[in-house]
Amino acid sequence: MSTVSEKRHIPDQLGTSASRLFASWETFLLCVAVLIFIANSLASPYFLNAWNLSDATFNFTEKALIAFAMALLIIAGEIDLSVAAIIALASTAMGAAAQTGVGTFGIVLIGIGVGLGCGTVNAILVAGLRLPSIVVTIGTMSLFRGISYIVLGDKAYGGYPASFAYFGQGYVFWVISFEFVLFAVSACIFAVLLHATNFGRRIYAIGNNEFAARFSGIHVERIKFILFMLTGLMSGIAAVCLTSRLGSTRPSIAQGWELEVVTMVVLGGISILGGSGRVGGVVIAGFVMGLVTFGLGLLNVPGIVMSIFIGLLLIATITLPILIRRFRYGRAS
Amino acid sequence: MTQTVALEQSPEMPLLEMRGISKSFPGVKALNNVDITLYPGKVTALIGENGAGKSTLVKILTGIYACDEGEILVDGNPTVFANAQDAIDAGVTAIHQETVLFDELSVAENIFLGHAPKSRFGLVNWKAVNARALALLHSLESNIDPRIRLKDLSIAQRHLVAIARALSVDARIVIMDEPTAALSRKEVDDLFQIINRLKTNGKAILFISHKFDEVYEIADHYAVFRDGKAVGSGELAEVGQDEIVKLMVGRSVEHAFPKVDIALGETVFAVESYTHPTEFRDISFELRKGEILGIYGLVGAGRSELCQSLFGVTKPTGGKVRLNGKEIAIGSPGEAISAGIVYVPEERGRHGAVLQLPIYQNISLPSLTRTSRSGFLRAAEEFALARKYAERFDLRAAALSVPVGTLSGGNQQKVVIGKWLATQPNILILDEPTKGIDIGSKAAVHAFISELAGEGLSIIMVSSELPEIMGMSDRVLVMREGLSAGIYERETLSAETLVRAATGNASKS
Repeated sequence: MSTVSEKRHIPDQLGTSASRLFASWETFLLCVAVLIFIANSLASPYFLNAWNLSDATFNFTEKALIAFAMALLIIAGEIDLSVAAIIALASTAMGAAAQTGVGTFGIVLIGIGVGLGCGTVNAILVAGLRLPSIVVTIGTMSLFRGISYIVLGDKAYGGYPASFAYFGQGYVFWVISFEFVLFAVSACIFAVLLHATNFGRRIYAIGNNEFAARFSGIHVERIKFILFMLTGLMSGIAAVCLTSRLGSTRPSIAQGWELEVVTMVVLGGISILGGSGRVGGVVIAGFVMGLVTFGLGLLNVPGIVMSIFIGLLLIATITLPILIRRFRYGRAS
Repeated sequence: MTQTVALEQSPEMPLLEMRGISKSFPGVKALNNVDITLYPGKVTALIGENGAGKSTLVKILTGIYACDEGEILVDGNPTVFANAQDAIDAGVTAIHQETVLFDELSVAENIFLGHAPKSRFGLVNWKAVNARALALLHSLESNIDPRIRLKDLSIAQRHLVAIARALSVDARIVIMDEPTAALSRKEVDDLFQIINRLKTNGKAILFISHKFDEVYEIADHYAVFRDGKAVGSGELAEVGQDEIVKLMVGRSVEHAFPKVDIALGETVFAVESYTHPTEFRDISFELRKGEILGIYGLVGAGRSELCQSLFGVTKPTGGKVRLNGKEIAIGSPGEAISAGIVYVPEERGRHGAVLQLPIYQNISLPSLTRTSRSGFLRAAEEFALARKYAERFDLRAAALSVPVGTLSGGNQQKVVIGKWLATQPNILILDEPTKGIDIGSKAAVHAFISELAGEGLSIIMVSSELPEIMGMSDRVLVMREGLSAGIYERETLSAETLVRAATGNASKS
């Protein structure tokens, strides 16, 4: 750049990539994960066992599948609270299909299809009619699960074909489950989608300033439409895994998962206000939540205490960054 | 009425006097040694261009700003307006162009918010609130039900409520900041009746308006501001409109602008009878290669709305747009950008930049399809594009990856303009390109606009500043109340003609 010496040179980046990595939320979260891992292995002699650890992953893989899509949605400034209800409806549809003798391939197709369909309903209401997503998805949450309850009542669907069990109970290699592979592949796909494509960049722009995004030629509604469909699709896939793992369908399946998915996303460093966060953080957050619940399970902590813990985790992760910022500004002024 | 006694008071005794008021902001002297006097029972019109210092004066008078120098006398006694409450205590109240009221509250609540009559137990006495609100509205000859919510009222009725609120605090000095901007002729007449009633009650009124016919109809005195100075005042009956217009704009402006005369090319963009359901109608103009078309008009004349519609943000209901002779329909900003038409919005933070994202991502945002390969980002290309425009504008930033929000206003504007130029447009629409920029940067922006026109870009420039419009434009389209008030060639431009056309006095004088 010596030829344009009269012009000031502006560097691309400030500091080194190592220093930025060190200061990131993801690094902090990774340390937390390691600490919990150590605490778990000290607390229970059964924890450090390959099969045990493999089992632990089931605590978060299905939720994480949805959390990846939810992360994109929250970055774009929207939210989908109907994801657990979508699982219920998709699972009910799969159960009904299984009763009439549909094969494994057909059942999977129906599960994913219903998920995508529910996502499209949300997409039409929010992106098409421009209604607020929090209200719309609270509504569809009742709607989707309500249909499940009407169809099933207090009954349960079972009788899935034996080969259907693979999606929730099968192993690809040694202790590596099919679900874990699905989780890893999805993480990579979503990371590339959000961080390496025009589509991902536009999601950030919309989440930070919808007006400016629109004025920059971004088709805001089109992108939100796709994101709601994507979240429905991932919920459908999670429904296949969960139904396969449980081997039966009740209308209360995946009750309360929407909050755990949102917690995972927020814990992963995605701002609930939209516009910031990375997929990597959600991946680590999945591990953290899985390790915590599994560790507590090994210690025979009852489920209600776990949900208290999840609640505290959610509040802490939302409050912490705000408090830190306030503390810093307080010191500066 | 008992207050008619006020008329018998000596008319020479001013109710409010402001003497030698000065107020500076970083880089600007908004008010420079200004005097203004208000008399009981009289309407004083405050006249001046945008940026002349009118709103600063209103803010000092309502206690929002403290003046740097000067004193304010109420009934001849020096009074300090340290905050809004001081101003209210002194009997000053302001009714703004867009009334500051609460949509979800009732009319009575709006009138008495903050000073509602209390019952014995310290609770709001709703009976008294509603009864007194009703009485106030009756005294204004209005039959608005004080119990209905404000959001169900028309704009004119809201003004009435604002006036009732002003009277409820027993204000003696009423400031009306462009109160007629959103009113129909009938509503303006109603408002004037109210003003006349306030006059007979001995109130002093400061009436701010751009519209000369209204000023002459209602005002007794006038004060003209220009560039933060009071350049004239007196009895309105003694001066003609021409004199006031001269006071308002009186300066030579041409030489200060680096407008370079270039040979204009063929017509590239033509708009014919372009119409929007509410904001503007029947607008036609042509734009040639290398031409700068200025759009002048008062705030609310529909200029920004016209430009945003041409950019695909809102849909027109009629009219044709031709680009290089071919009729086109722009349905979204994305289509406009592909067609080579871009719009640099007036509000940088809201519409222009994504403040939280880095500089390079802002500059590449509308050009992503060019910097990417089959949908995948290429950071090197983005940085190269950003660097090109950062260097061209001499951007001051620590790195291209810092958020735009951390930059100064002038540098943010550089990023926003760079972002749009990076799309390689043929037609550039600039909405108030120098708003909120210090004088030095203004000259740089003007020089740059000329340079772009020289490179063959066709430019539409919306501006409220007469010197800018007159100094930069090849032709000027004047808009008034959503309609075209004429297109003026550079040779025939004069400040008087433009102001007359914009304020609706083209036929008179």
